[in-house]
Amino acid sequence: MTALSVAGLHAGYDPDLPIVKGVSFDITRGEAVSILGPNGAGKSTMIKAIAGLVPCFAGHVRLGQTDVTGLASHHLVRNGMGFVPQTENIFTRLTILENLQIAAQLLPKAERAGRIAAMLDMFPDLAARPGELAGALSGGQRQMLAAARALLTEPQVLMLDEPSAGLSPKLVGQVFDTLRRISEAGVTLVLVEQNVRAALTLTERALVLVDGKLAHDGPSETLHDGKLLGELFLGHRTAEART
Amino acid sequence: MNPQAIIDGLIAGSTIGLGAIGLTLTYSILRFANFTHGDFLAWGAYLTLTVAGVLGGLAAGLGAPVYPFSFGWGLPLAMFGGVALTVALTLGLDRILFGKLRARGADAIIIVMASFGASMALRSLLEFIFTAKPAYFTKALQIAKPLGLGMRATPDQLLVIGMTAVLVVVLHLLVTRSATGRAMRAVSENPSLAGVYGVNVENVIRVTWIIGAGLACIAGVMAGLLVQIRPYMGFDLLLPLFSAAILGGIGSIPGAMLGGLIIGLAEAFAVQIVGAEWRAAISFVILVLVLMLRPQGLFGQKGA
Repeated sequence: MTALSVAGLHAGYDPDLPIVKGVSFDITRGEAVSILGPNGAGKSTMIKAIAGLVPCFAGHVRLGQTDVTGLASHHLVRNGMGFVPQTENIFTRLTILENLQIAAQLLPKAERAGRIAAMLDMFPDLAARPGELAGALSGGQRQMLAAARALLTEPQVLMLDEPSAGLSPKLVGQVFDTLRRISEAGVTLVLVEQNVRAALTLTERALVLVDGKLAHDGPSETLHDGKLLGELFLGHRTAEART
Repeated sequence: MNPQAIIDGLIAGSTIGLGAIGLTLTYSILRFANFTHGDFLAWGAYLTLTVAGVLGGLAAGLGAPVYPFSFGWGLPLAMFGGVALTVALTLGLDRILFGKLRARGADAIIIVMASFGASMALRSLLEFIFTAKPAYFTKALQIAKPLGLGMRATPDQLLVIGMTAVLVVVLHLLVTRSATGRAMRAVSENPSLAGVYGVNVENVIRVTWIIGAGLACIAGVMAGLLVQIRPYMGFDLLLPLFSAAILGGIGSIPGAMLGGLIIGLAEAFAVQIVGAEWRAAISFVILVLVLMLRPQGLFGQKGA
């Protein structure tokens, strides 16, 4: 069953200069997918367009059976989309608990406390000090809070934009362990990542974006040796049939 | 030095503080310096006066002063109507002007200039409808009662101080303890991220206008009750309002109130020390000093 469907998506900041140029793919429920590509390929723009933060000029985005193209981000969250931006992904002037409470507002009142407790159980680092300002958290803990916030509403699809950016290798390991647990719990995961090795280890499928176009769509293991990926990144291959 | 300056300062500071709270909220959430805010005070006072006139026409007894105050039940009742109409005015202005500029992604400076133009239009419209002649909520005279330590105040003045204290506490609780307040603080920090959290940013903006307009109307009524109502009353308060909001720290409700009280007290003491003609300059001096020495204000955060 398709969790996320993107068809002929053109997106960017200027309709005359789209950054994402006609990208199409489907992601099935429970799948974990990496979106890779060289700097400036349009990965973050595409994921933001899907999340309602960047204008879509053409094409469609469907979440399950619902067409969510161009909907504002708060509508998308209500429709089952979870998105964790690369930077500034938590409210640093609010406490850890307040960050979770804001997201919990989307749930029925009776479920809110239970879901917050479940997230604090899942992320013990956060549970130790819920009243602390989120701005005091380390980089890895911030990513965990961002993930906890996104998971709190039990999204159909969780998209993360470079969750390892700016983190030490040890923290990257922690973040990817967390993402693995999330994926194993059956959440559909879409991961934009520069840390190719870590991303390919976590996900079973990879899309490669080059110059705003989909250059490759196939199982992660096809990219493990790095040869094909190198060719794609350097532009020696511009299109690859889905395998 | 006459200790009466303390009471005078607290009274002036209450009006300035309430106005500054509305200003600081719109500044932190809508991210522009709203020059129309002073005119919302004046419009609030005139709209309340109009509603009070209608109520007085319907039931003459509502205008009779209720001891120990100088006004009757008609004024507090009319203030509800005045608040509702001021809210409608601000939401209407947001719909036809600020909201459209926001949707186009206009720079903050464009929105500031638009608010400056709207401010002049609102003021002129007020003068056109009500004339420049001062108006009053009540003609009754009040004798200031001794409070001790050489200070005196009228019951109306004490009511203004008390009402301000209650409103500030209620508003502070709303912003720090309620879901609406959390959403407001979230939008204030990062509107785009707030959307990703599922917050309807446009709804938060509407709530901010409603709170700001309501407080502006109440502040206008207070100023009108204690002094007089004039089309320029809000414009004259604009500099103290901005000074108080910036002194307190943009986005901080207790800060704006404290800033208002400091400005009010500084003005009152300046009248005694350097003369009444320098009163208006005090806000400007404080504003410049804050911007030079502590631009984030007393309770603001750097970069906010």
